[in-house]
Amino acid sequence: MRSHHDLGGLPAGRVERDEHEYAQWEQRVDALMMLLSHKDRQLLRVDELRRNIEALGAEAYDRMSYYERWMHAIVQVLIQRGVITIDELGRKMAEGVQDGNR
Amino acid sequence: MGTADAIAPRFRAGDRVRVRAAYPPGHLRTPHYCRGRVGVVERLCGAFANPEELAYNRSGLPAQPLYRVRFRAADLWSDYAENGEDVVEIEIYQHWLEQAA
Repeated sequence: MRSHHDLGGLPAGRVERDEHEYAQWEQRVDALMMLLSHKDRQLLRVDELRRNIEALGAEAYDRMSYYERWMHAIVQVLIQRGVITIDELGRKMAEGVQDGNR
Repeated sequence: MGTADAIAPRFRAGDRVRVRAAYPPGHLRTPHYCRGRVGVVERLCGAFANPEELAYNRSGLPAQPLYRVRFRAADLWSDYAENGEDVVEIEIYQHWLEQAA
């Protein structure tokens, strides 16, 4: 069976080739990925990132933007590797909501 | 990648190969649309740790030879209506390839 993300070769619209601006949070997600996967740390591999993105359900995969999928996968890998705990993450996320900093 | 921890290449440029029609779960770098299809080895790209294993934070060693395989677009999509000479090149790991007749 074809995985939902494996959509190469399917009929699709025209490819958008225009450059576009990235929001600051998107740049931060990119920086997080680079820092975590740096050879001196190796807290995350790009292959692990991809596996976790591909494990998203079809509905979530389609709803999330590119960097939302990255963020989801980074969090998953850090939990799987024991770098952060779910409790720590939950508390930090609650702080962010209180600051209106979501 | 040292040769000591790499699997020896089984194919050479020009060899006809078939992509295994396998559908295991996990992180696969072999696109669904080329599985079961026949192409020709265009070149050996080197040997690399197996991403299917790296995806689970394992070593991926011994390294797998990686090939660039050329397919006729019409062999991938039976209703392909563009130029009949069009080709698609896909990089595929050796463990996904078998000799084609």
